[in-house]
Amino acid sequence: MEMSVSELRTQFPILSRTVYGKPLVYLDNAASAQRPVVVAELWKRLSLEENANIHRAVHHLAGLATDAYEGARDAVRAFLNASVREEIVFTSGATAALNLVAFSFGEAYIHEGDQIVVSVAEHHSNIVPWQMLCERKKAILKVLDIHPDGALAVEQLENLLTERTRIVAVSHISNVLGLVNPVKEIVRICHSRGIPVLVDGAQGIVHENVDVQSLNCDFYVFSGHKLYAATGTGALYGKRKWLDAMPPYMGGGEMIESVRFSGTTYAPLPEKFEAGTQNFNAQPTLVPAMELVNAMRADASVQKEQEAILDYVYSKLVEDERITLFGTHRSTKIPLFSFAVKGAHHEDLALILDKMGIALRSGQMCAEPLMDRLGVTGLLRASFAPYNTLEEAEYFIKCLNKAINMLV
Amino acid sequence: MTLEEKKQQVIEDFSLYDEWLDKYEYLIELGKALEPFPEEKKTEDRLIKGCQSRVWLDSDLRDGKLYFSADSDAIITKGIISLLIGVYSGRTPEEIAGDDFGFIAEIGLKDNLSPTRANGLVSMIETIKKVAENGR
Repeated sequence: MEMSVSELRTQFPILSRTVYGKPLVYLDNAASAQRPVVVAELWKRLSLEENANIHRAVHHLAGLATDAYEGARDAVRAFLNASVREEIVFTSGATAALNLVAFSFGEAYIHEGDQIVVSVAEHHSNIVPWQMLCERKKAILKVLDIHPDGALAVEQLENLLTERTRIVAVSHISNVLGLVNPVKEIVRICHSRGIPVLVDGAQGIVHENVDVQSLNCDFYVFSGHKLYAATGTGALYGKRKWLDAMPPYMGGGEMIESVRFSGTTYAPLPEKFEAGTQNFNAQPTLVPAMELVNAMRADASVQKEQEAILDYVYSKLVEDERITLFGTHRSTKIPLFSFAVKGAHHEDLALILDKMGIALRSGQMCAEPLMDRLGVTGLLRASFAPYNTLEEAEYFIKCLNKAINMLV
Repeated sequence: MTLEEKKQQVIEDFSLYDEWLDKYEYLIELGKALEPFPEEKKTEDRLIKGCQSRVWLDSDLRDGKLYFSADSDAIITKGIISLLIGVYSGRTPEEIAGDDFGFIAEIGLKDNLSPTRANGLVSMIETIKKVAENGR
């Protein structure tokens, strides 16, 4: 399908609305992306025409709902290039998937004195579940540092790993720094020591083609709502050998094989990890969302506009002496910019820009340890999506200047 | 000026500006004009909970009247707290505790703040009320 950015925008009706009488410029895509018509229409059709609980019932509607849900699993398998569909577990998002792994992998493999490694640039969702696990098992959380340009200090990883390291959990792309981490290299280093690697792909899947077999990672998690699908969708990819060996996370519903008071046996993968009624009206929206992502990635004019935005905003922010951009490693940069302005509070800037129609994020971005590491109390973040235009980027820079002049 | 007159004045000042950006300019000016707040008073117990930016509030009861001073690391928030203490400083605890703080709604301030900042505004009001209750 041939498309242009303006054509693409028509598929996202919210982009043509106004806020405070001004055209909306939505630059908070790293928090949640907007929904295209195809996603909303599918959710509507499944809810109004094909709604029934999946798997168990023999009636017609249950069959339709099950097909849509299991079809989405096949589509996610293909999107991630996982080898088998049993390795795809649906979750409500990346956070739920991370909690699942931290609990179930932790139950099977983490003992007192064991070590877990995360990076300093992780989202709280890839820190707190591991801290909770460490507390439960009296294990130790170790932290991989970053360089001044925001790039992960991968050369320090080797020294951080010990014979007690049981898992390494890092983001594919930090939600603050906007740099693509060398996860393939990290996997290679860890695997040479027999240590599995989890990749938090909440941001990564939005910007990168993900091939879990090529990355060779042991787990990959993502959220659907950042990928233009419905909220409350997402998945965990896990290598079969791990998922088979891990105990269930939650009990009840589809996850059983047989239940007796004398003991319960569990369903095979992936149902073992899908307790309770699943989000069957929403998970299928991943299918049109992923199709759209593939179309956007294949489209030269959309890609060209993204490159132009990255070049323009990066250079404007780096050139401005009042501004400190964090995550400046240019060769791995994506169009996600977190920065501080000398003498102006991030919250004031966000508030003023909001009134100019620009939606962006201010604060700690769910990454307090990184804020401490960078020595800031919070930052302003502008995150672009393929439906954003260079014209919007130029308007953003113009308004940012105006806001800074109001405050400083 | 009575409390009612002062509130009326704030409402009138605010209504001079049609655009919210201009209202922010006005709040920024108020924030900048706020008397300096001593660094040693920026303590944990003076921090108002529930704000995204840091806001410190101090109070002093003299001759039966409450006097407030405040600071924030965000200038618009500082303008908002400046506006509040401009209205309530120098009033008796009874007057403040008995007030409904309704003029905030009248100037549309709360509706035009981000949810986190609106919560911060509520926290500021609650703190001022609590100080007044304790001072009775």
